[in-house]
Amino acid sequence: MMDLDDLDRGILRILSRDGMVGAGELGRLLGLSQPAAWRRVKRLEEAGVLAGRRVEVDRAALGFGVTVFLGVKLATRGRVPLEDFERVVSAIPEVQVVQHVLGLFDYRLRVVARDIADFERVLRRRIMTLPGVGTVEANVLLTEERRPGPLG
Amino acid sequence: MLLDEADRRILRHYLAEPALERAVLAERAGVTPATLWRRLERMREGGVIKAEAAVIDWRALGYGVEVSLRFTLDKTNPRAFDEFIAAAREVPEVVTIETFLGRVDVRLTVIARDMGQYQEIYRRRILTLPHIAELEALMLIATIKDAEGLPI
Repeated sequence: MMDLDDLDRGILRILSRDGMVGAGELGRLLGLSQPAAWRRVKRLEEAGVLAGRRVEVDRAALGFGVTVFLGVKLATRGRVPLEDFERVVSAIPEVQVVQHVLGLFDYRLRVVARDIADFERVLRRRIMTLPGVGTVEANVLLTEERRPGPLG
Repeated sequence: MLLDEADRRILRHYLAEPALERAVLAERAGVTPATLWRRLERMREGGVIKAEAAVIDWRALGYGVEVSLRFTLDKTNPRAFDEFIAAAREVPEVVTIETFLGRVDVRLTVIARDMGQYQEIYRRRILTLPHIAELEALMLIATIKDAEGLPI
């Protein structure tokens, strides 16, 4: 586990808002030379703290007006191997996120669709036919906000 | 903003693998690097690409616990949503805030170093948030898939 100082936290705060900021600009913003900023970014990458980049798009502008979170409970617990369920559900193109969770449900899925009718098609044809699927609860996403997290 | 075939090809490959070298991305999308640069710039300006942010792996920083907290709010108070969300933004360990149409009103993703710290955050910062009617927790066991890809 990596310990961070204030400069590392500054780098993470800036890059988690805009991952395209280069070492030169990072250095200027934080009072570091470009090579020093570059070395710190490199170190954060090597420690696995900076783990790639996420591209956020206006899904509605691309024709995907509906995002739904599904809570899925498996019906025949223990009879269908979790790996089978996970393999099939991960292969559905409309399913962006698959999380195995502990609680009221067994899995959380994020599903994108063009509209409610398209979502119904995905739900009926792809989700309800998954191996071992039991009850499903749907909540339509209205807004989402990512926070910087505990970067003090 | 209107997107043509080339824009869609670029986005499909970019969303699937945001870390691709620009030259490789251009080749896969079947455009020249100059066209790629111009198209990406246009889609940023047009708001289709909203953000290209670095992903922070909180586990690499010692945050081993991630919990999805699902809230139903007391909607008899017209300010319930605004006041709840404003208060949730003040909790550093809250890394995402989502609002929904459905049985769940708001979902928070909360991270903690361990169960001891989680319990502390839960008791002091979460249960004290305003206008909570109901609350349930899903503890993350594993993320099987986390992609921004769209079937475009």
